[in-house]
Amino acid sequence: MLQGWVIVLVSFAYLGVLFGIAYFGDRRAARGRSIIANPYIYALSLAVYCTTWTFYGSVGRAASSGVGFLPVYLGPTLMVALWWYVLRKIIRISKAHRITSIADFVASRYGKSHFLGGLVTVIAVLGVIPYISLQLKAISSSFTILLHSPAIVMPAKAVARPFTQDTALYIAITLAAFTILFGTRHLDATERHEGLVAAIAFESLVKLFAFLAVGAFVTFGLYGGLGDLFERAHQAPELERLMTVSGGGYGTWAFLTLVSMLSILFLPRQFQISVVENVDENHVRKAIWLFPLYLLLINVFVLPIALGGRLLLGSGGVDADTFVLTLPMAVRQEGLALFAYVGGLSAGTGMVIVETIALSTMVCNDLVMPLLLRWKWLRLDEWPDVSGVLLLVRRLAIAAILLFGYVYFRVAGEAYALVAIGLISFAAVAQFAPAILGGIYWRGGTRAGAGAGLLAGFAVWTYTLAAPSLAKSGWLPAGFLEEGLLGSDLLRPQQLFGLTGFDEISHCMFWSMLANVGLYVGVSLFGRRSVEETSQAALFVDVFRHTGALEPARLWRGSASVEDLLRLLGRFLGPERARETFLAHARRRGLREPGELPADADLVHFAETQLAGAVGSASARVMVASVVQEEPPGLEEVMDILDEASQVRAYSRELEQKSRELEAATAELRAANLRLQELDRMKDDFMSTVTHELRTPLTSIRSFSEILLDNLDLDLDERKRFLGIIVKETERLTRLINQTLDMAKIESGSAEWHAAELDVREIVLEAVDATSQLFRDRGVAVVRPAPGPWPRITADRDRLMQVLINLLSNAVRHCPPSHGRVEVRLGAADGQLRVEVQDNGPGIAPADHEKIFERFRQVGDTLAGGPRGTGLGLAISRRIIEHFGGRLWVESDLGKGATFSFVLPLRAPAPGVAVERAAGTAV
Amino acid sequence: MRRTSKTGQRLFAVFLVGAVLLNYPLLSLFSRPTDVAGVPLLYAYVFGVWTLLIALLAAAIERTRD
Repeated sequence: MLQGWVIVLVSFAYLGVLFGIAYFGDRRAARGRSIIANPYIYALSLAVYCTTWTFYGSVGRAASSGVGFLPVYLGPTLMVALWWYVLRKIIRISKAHRITSIADFVASRYGKSHFLGGLVTVIAVLGVIPYISLQLKAISSSFTILLHSPAIVMPAKAVARPFTQDTALYIAITLAAFTILFGTRHLDATERHEGLVAAIAFESLVKLFAFLAVGAFVTFGLYGGLGDLFERAHQAPELERLMTVSGGGYGTWAFLTLVSMLSILFLPRQFQISVVENVDENHVRKAIWLFPLYLLLINVFVLPIALGGRLLLGSGGVDADTFVLTLPMAVRQEGLALFAYVGGLSAGTGMVIVETIALSTMVCNDLVMPLLLRWKWLRLDEWPDVSGVLLLVRRLAIAAILLFGYVYFRVAGEAYALVAIGLISFAAVAQFAPAILGGIYWRGGTRAGAGAGLLAGFAVWTYTLAAPSLAKSGWLPAGFLEEGLLGSDLLRPQQLFGLTGFDEISHCMFWSMLANVGLYVGVSLFGRRSVEETSQAALFVDVFRHTGALEPARLWRGSASVEDLLRLLGRFLGPERARETFLAHARRRGLREPGELPADADLVHFAETQLAGAVGSASARVMVASVVQEEPPGLEEVMDILDEASQVRAYSRELEQKSRELEAATAELRAANLRLQELDRMKDDFMSTVTHELRTPLTSIRSFSEILLDNLDLDLDERKRFLGIIVKETERLTRLINQTLDMAKIESGSAEWHAAELDVREIVLEAVDATSQLFRDRGVAVVRPAPGPWPRITADRDRLMQVLINLLSNAVRHCPPSHGRVEVRLGAADGQLRVEVQDNGPGIAPADHEKIFERFRQVGDTLAGGPRGTGLGLAISRRIIEHFGGRLWVESDLGKGATFSFVLPLRAPAPGVAVERAAGTAV
Repeated sequence: MRRTSKTGQRLFAVFLVGAVLLNYPLLSLFSRPTDVAGVPLLYAYVFGVWTLLIALLAAAIERTRD
């Protein structure tokens, strides 16, 4: 049993908590410690999208048309994916131009036009009023229903009561007072309300939890989970059809998705929260996925509640729009019912507060102030302080809007379900889409085009949607619907020109968008543009590019005095705040006080932007123009500046490109130069090494010859020994010269090659025979490879022999004299023939494995008395093996001997080339 | 700069995916009076796609943070 005073107390306690949060939020903001400066609060506050329509209406819609409630939430889910481009751009533009409402946005884009600002305001107010009345209706019926608990009584008779007893009126008054307290406590040039946003975010949590609580209770408390609920629903034939989309439903589905996609951007409250109250552009990022997640969560239980309501309460007299409240009541869960009521209250108040604040800003800045300023009799432009007037106008606007909402509720409220009322508003704000989306992506859109499109779209909306809603409530003759205007069949409002098969929203959207987009584009293309429009179009469309190249101040010239501007700003913001603002601006430019500011274009632009935040861009333009002497630039000049800016951009891009290319070329040249220097150095090294190597044997030949010449009486043995040395050194000298020449030939590619099919083992045996004297001299044992059959390979016989002799003599040289052992092995695998020559010498350190293949690199000491290598053998061998497509390398560890291996492909990679070359050079 | 524009493209792709999956004719394939795990097929499909879209949006956004 809920007493009336309990409900009232809870309602006011809830509003009190909201106010507390808002107050706290404002206090924190004033101290510079914002509580809303994070993406989560931003995403939650965006959920102001979910009103009582969502909270109560979705269930009603689901109970009558099944899936029909979903497109309104799927549309925004799709739209957020485009926010990355669209919303970020709108936010960037709005911040740059201090735009505080959707009307101001349109006015500013099309050359700061008073007419467009006013038109958008009228459309927004008239379009959104049904939506506000929807909230009043939902809150008042939920209040009435709860008041009659435990009996479930529908509040249909509420309208019949005199309005002094009508709860909706008192709710409207309370909300008006509350909104005035909330939203117009002081005037802010940015129109931002931090405390308000915090309260809205809190409301979003409350309505979500309330709805989830009711949903979970119905699904798991009243029924045994989702399966059980759907099971029972299947047994009721009238519920079965809710599980599928009926025949013509896809068209409606698509149109509703489209309408809600546009609404999420252009509803005045969404614009207020997502653009004006946005603290940081980066918060949009997280909101892109958090906001749809919120929508998903709040919709999960819609269908279960609808089905539960239909099953439990039947269709007998209980409005499906109230199931969220009446289901807990029906099973005497009064606490839950009260929570549900608070949830609905939070959904309704959140919407009403933000929507009326947004609308009141528009009404004040774009409708009333321009009129007051033009009203010469009032002499408003001579008042010392107009900020009080601004606040008063806004407060009156809030009261008036809620009053209109209440009147609409009395007039048309009962003829429609919640969702149907809301959709009328959605269709109205969708009319802003061509002017705004066109305005931020198409420079060609003109003031005349936008005006024509908006007027036409709004006219079609009025005729096909708003007027019929009044006709259905009996305020216009009903015959108007059936017979059309002037009795013409073609003019029937909901079958315009005989178009049938559409529901009323799709019908209105089709015709209004056709008229709107058609006229916007058509008139824009065939009309002319003014100077102001041209520059604003460029500033809007290229907002991401113009941050450096084109300052708005460049498009203005004239003269002004700092005092005049300061006084002007003071009249609208209050003298104190104006001074502070100028001071901050002066500090940013490195000056101590406003008096030092140069009265240049930059300052005028600054003042105008500040003023635009308070009174709208169009009025700000007029006000600033009244205190400065302007020389408006001609169209030609503006175009020149814009062209220049874009040319400078293109030119600098070109320059960047060129300089990048230049850098790349320089780097290449530097690398080539380094390579050349390296080669030069190598050539020098080679020359000096060769000369050095030649000098060593020459020196010893010469010195022994001199000994022999000087000492003719040497005994025979001694003489023999010296002559032996001389012969040996001469041989070495010859070998060295031969090999140097050989190396040079191979490297220059002029060596002779005679490719032939060979038996490798045969060549190995021959090589061993050729070096057998060496082996014998040093007492080194040799192990020959196992007999074949080994595959035959294609190579030059003499060259291969040269390699083997090189490796064998190299091995012998490094073997210990008495117990030396050299083993030659053959192997075939992977299409390659492998030859290994293993010795048991001192081995080679891994660091030297590659060095030994360089020319004249001899690692370690050659053993005393052994024949010295020339330092070219291994280098030549490697070149030869590589010439035949093979590989030569060494595996060794210090103290464990060394194994030189090479592989040759069984089929030479390009034997033709090798043979041909051999033939060519042989001639 | 390049990473930023990639995010926008990914998000635009998510939009296209959602627009196609949640409209005629694909939607009509699931408009049948059958159940999936006790839930009507159409609802299971719509909420499934919805969840998928949110996951894709989150992936596209959070990817660029690393």
